[in-house]
Amino acid sequence: MSAKMTKEPSGQGRHAVDAPPAAANAVHPVDPRLLVRQQGFKGYLTESLRKLRSGELGSLPVVLGLAIIWAIFQIKDSAFLSAENLSNLSINIVGTGLIAVGIVFVLLLGEIDLSVGSVSGLSAAIFAVLNVNQGMPEWQAVLVAIGSGALIGVVQGFFFAKVGVPAFVVTLAGLLAWNGLMLQVLGSSGTINIDDSGFVAKLTSYYFTDVGAAYGLAAAAVLLYFLTAFSDNRRRARAAIPSRPTSEIVLRTVGLAVPTFLAAYVLNQYKGLPLALLIFLAVIVLLEFVLRRTPYGRKIFALGGSVEAASRSGINVARVRISVFAISGGMAAIGGLFIASQIAAANQSAGGGNLLMNAIAAAVIGGTSLFGGRGSTWSALLGSLVIGSISSGMALLGVAAAVNFMITGAVLLAAAVIDSISRRTQKVSGRA
Amino acid sequence: MSATPVLALRGISKRFGAVQALTDVELEIHAGEVVALVGDNGAGKSTLVKVIAGVGPADDGVIEWEGRPVQVARPHDAQHLGVATVYQDLALCDNLDVVGNLFLGREIRRFGVLDEVEMERRSRELLNTLSIRIPSVRIPIASLSGGQRQTVAIARSLLGEPKVVILDEPTAALGVEQTAQVLDLVERLRERGLGVILISHNMADVKAVADRVGVLRLGRNNGFFDVRSTSQEEIIAAITGATDNAVTRRRARSPEASK
Repeated sequence: MSAKMTKEPSGQGRHAVDAPPAAANAVHPVDPRLLVRQQGFKGYLTESLRKLRSGELGSLPVVLGLAIIWAIFQIKDSAFLSAENLSNLSINIVGTGLIAVGIVFVLLLGEIDLSVGSVSGLSAAIFAVLNVNQGMPEWQAVLVAIGSGALIGVVQGFFFAKVGVPAFVVTLAGLLAWNGLMLQVLGSSGTINIDDSGFVAKLTSYYFTDVGAAYGLAAAAVLLYFLTAFSDNRRRARAAIPSRPTSEIVLRTVGLAVPTFLAAYVLNQYKGLPLALLIFLAVIVLLEFVLRRTPYGRKIFALGGSVEAASRSGINVARVRISVFAISGGMAAIGGLFIASQIAAANQSAGGGNLLMNAIAAAVIGGTSLFGGRGSTWSALLGSLVIGSISSGMALLGVAAAVNFMITGAVLLAAAVIDSISRRTQKVSGRA
Repeated sequence: MSATPVLALRGISKRFGAVQALTDVELEIHAGEVVALVGDNGAGKSTLVKVIAGVGPADDGVIEWEGRPVQVARPHDAQHLGVATVYQDLALCDNLDVVGNLFLGREIRRFGVLDEVEMERRSRELLNTLSIRIPSVRIPIASLSGGQRQTVAIARSLLGEPKVVILDEPTAALGVEQTAQVLDLVERLRERGLGVILISHNMADVKAVADRVGVLRLGRNNGFFDVRSTSQEEIIAAITGATDNAVTRRRARSPEASK
């Protein structure tokens, strides 16, 4: 699934291949100093190499890092890459990963949301109290919990966008306040167990045991990717603008097919396709589509690039900012429900500990820039895979949590260093 | 040149607290004409631009659009009339590519989704007709040189099919070659029948592309000159506003410097 990531950090660079076509509309002589991509497969290779050298690393560092981490743990303990462990890993990362998806949106604006941990705990508490204590139907309680998360985001976004309080401070206040509200909501009981047979509990315990489910999903994803790339290319060719060679599309499709079918195979070796993973992937694909292909997503990227330029071109800056914080709050609430589902309870420590740090770290490790304007929801998957792999491997080896924290911290620093250096390299080679 | 100006300012006045920034300023722009607006720092050029662009409406006076008096109270009003403004700081998004910047805020949609193919096709078409040379329409703005950014910003202002384009110091901070590119572009705007207001400090640029020069001094008109029949020194004298100033004294010292 990691190969779904394109090589570029931003979709804007996706078609950064632009030789003048053989068509006659290239009337003006092109400056000989300009880099012109050769047509065909060779051009694809040289272009990719040039991008790497100029600091557009995309998801390459995190994929390499993940491979190294997996190799080390596999050497230390052969159970690490077993189907059972990988299947469990794919479920364990979902809670943090969904929160990280919301963080990606906020990071794209160049801002930060420190309240997501507390909001996720509060959402679980609201759900448990409404459903278990008050007897509200489960689906209503889920909607209220997610709605509260989004509403919290709107409130925080209002103070940031309209009042002008720095997002860092607003959400730091939120971190404390929403944690307090969670304790208040939970009341004296402290822990509320949720219904084992309910929908929320099933979120992380249900598997599509039919082998066809995982393979079918993999096949559908690959086919969908190929068809959209192919039809997009045909439209480009018809409009006489540069298009990719078919060999490149085929290569990319194969690059996507290998890991997806491998993942499907491994999941089928254990219990099948986990529902949690399916939902996680669906959210990533949906929100990635929103970011790359809709005017709303373009506005978010524009704000991350230049607030001044965005507002002058008629974008309602405050509204976009508030909506992004609402998405972040809503995703935190959804993530909180998945975490509660795993332990089948809402308790006072929910949303605490290193959850917030892991969610932010996942987004950054996955390749979303801390400086705004660059990123992808896929970085939430890659980053949470790295963090989840480290803690899973450490647990297998029986290493203390202390070491786990130190290593995760080092990986986060490494990711931030790569982000900063690649940004500087891009500046030097004029691509940032 | 058409008889009715596209845009005419009549008796524009603007006050900021104790400062009378503009007093009874007149300005006419015809279609297919480049009018340079010059003046020393604080002469009121930027204030006048803001009046036209609707950013800072005038206290007094009338703006006429194709002969009819109009209200320009907001930037939206000016854009609606057909006035496009390219500010000095360009306001482009570094992380978006050329196509994304050109269509920012007016994206073309297809079934509610961004139509990248159509936007790219139109971008290439627009840049080709303006003979703008950039390596690719799909690279981030950050990769472009200052002159290329300026041309992209100007091209972007043309997407709204304006009739008047205001360029605020388009060649400031550009090199020789890049300045020439921007001036070429200004001439192409004129060929397309647009009225251009060019704000500049650079007399060489003004002499090169402008048809007329309007001089502002201390918030008042200080003469309009036909570029072909006026010397640079006369314009500078109008800008500084006196015959006895550093420039004329210098000329008196070195008679061969005057043409």
